[in-house]
Amino acid sequence: MTVVVRTVARIITPMILAFGGYVIMHGHLTPGGGFQGGAVVASAIALLLVVFGARRLAGYKNLLSLLEDLGAIAFVALAFLGIGYTFFRNVLAGSGGLFGMPVPSGPNPGFLDTGGTLPLMNWAVGLKVIAGLGSVVLLLGLFGGGDDR
Amino acid sequence: MKWIKVGAFLVMVGFLVGAAAWMHPFGVPWASEMDDYFIANAQGEAGANNVVTSVVFDYRGFDTLGEATVLFCAVVGVALMLRRVLR
Repeated sequence: MTVVVRTVARIITPMILAFGGYVIMHGHLTPGGGFQGGAVVASAIALLLVVFGARRLAGYKNLLSLLEDLGAIAFVALAFLGIGYTFFRNVLAGSGGLFGMPVPSGPNPGFLDTGGTLPLMNWAVGLKVIAGLGSVVLLLGLFGGGDDR
Repeated sequence: MKWIKVGAFLVMVGFLVGAAAWMHPFGVPWASEMDDYFIANAQGEAGANNVVTSVVFDYRGFDTLGEATVLFCAVVGVALMLRRVLR
């Protein structure tokens, strides 16, 4: 692509990544979550793919594969964390530990240290969606020859 | 054959008109026990302000596990389909 597109992509990609990270991280407080934030970050990967060409990103294939495995394993492991009660039991909520702050009932400004396993599962699913959609667009880009047009 | 198609079309139109005639008023659920339960207890049980997230990741975690599996299957399908071209 031309230098204008490349410069704009360099400026706008960190913003997209920050917004995607925010949507994933605040999934238990604001609209959004792992799936939506992961799709936002994957759109940044698609932008890089269009601008810089798939050949320059081909080296990240193994990293994306690793992230996908990591997300899936973390998700199932977090589900197994509550196996003492039931599968997918939210054992960390309200326990006072990690993300265990009790939530005041009714409208409140929202506290990041709440939700139990929900924020951790959001991150796991977010990693999975980032890596999954990112590798799909990367593979499709490599399929087309990988040169930037 | 033609009259079978016309008959099927008329039956479908009849069902559609009937459904439109007996349409439930918008925004008035038949049974709201589940909604009231989530609104009253989701913050205390799941500890999250976002009730949708607590439904997706806590109350219906198996659904999310299935969705993650569907995504994984889609990625595997694309990777399998394009594998020979890459080397």
